[in-house]
Amino acid sequence: MDRRAMITKIRELAFASGDLGLYLDTHPKDINALRLHREYSKELMELKDEYQKMYGPLTMHYPSKDEWRWIDEPLPWQRGNY
Amino acid sequence: MVDQTGELGASIRYLSQRFSMPEKRAAAILNDVGTEELGHLEMVGAMCHQLTKGCTAEELEKAGLGDYYADHGWGTFPQSAAGMPWTAAGIAVKSDPIADLQENLSAEQKARATYEKLIDLCKDDPEVLDPLRFLREREVVHFQRFGEALRIVQDRLAQKKFYMHGMKKGCY
Repeated sequence: MDRRAMITKIRELAFASGDLGLYLDTHPKDINALRLHREYSKELMELKDEYQKMYGPLTMHYPSKDEWRWIDEPLPWQRGNY
Repeated sequence: MVDQTGELGASIRYLSQRFSMPEKRAAAILNDVGTEELGHLEMVGAMCHQLTKGCTAEELEKAGLGDYYADHGWGTFPQSAAGMPWTAAGIAVKSDPIADLQENLSAEQKARATYEKLIDLCKDDPEVLDPLRFLREREVVHFQRFGEALRIVQDRLAQKKFYMHGMKKGCY
């Protein structure tokens, strides 16, 4: 998976996890929705970790090593950076 | 695109109402939809920024944005399509769970209707049309979730021995 494909997949998983999260707010006892949310969220966490190790931080909370890399990452409205 | 029923109004309305929402499922939906709406404000701002970036003053004037250019140049300013700056005067926070949730149901429908007007005006650019369709769909989902939150709150209020704040202090 290249960088663009990876960030697209992260966005898809974040959308699925977030939409199921809203549903679970008003249906907290729905076991099927909970299972789906768990699967998507787990995959999202793993992929974000993999992405950040390879390309750089997705948020300012990712630990930087020798230089502050956060300012070099494209902001969401800056296209063509992937 | 940023009037009282737009993404900024939605964010501030829900993120303000959440503090006094007495039911945890309803409070969570206010918190989480309010946060999602901030992301949508970013999408709308990104579209405006990308559509005007690199345009000359003449091009902006020809597109009907002469007045906007005079006030804001290429900046992204929160105002309605008709030029009214965003203000909190158009949103309500009543600390009454029924009144607050009803306001939100109405706001989501008005936002959906606005996106349909914008989609009507957008003839052919898929990079504008697709996000507008996406944002319209999210309003429908939020309306659904707020409807469920309203039902949850109404059921809870219908239970015996439930006291509204102010009627008997400290019962939430």
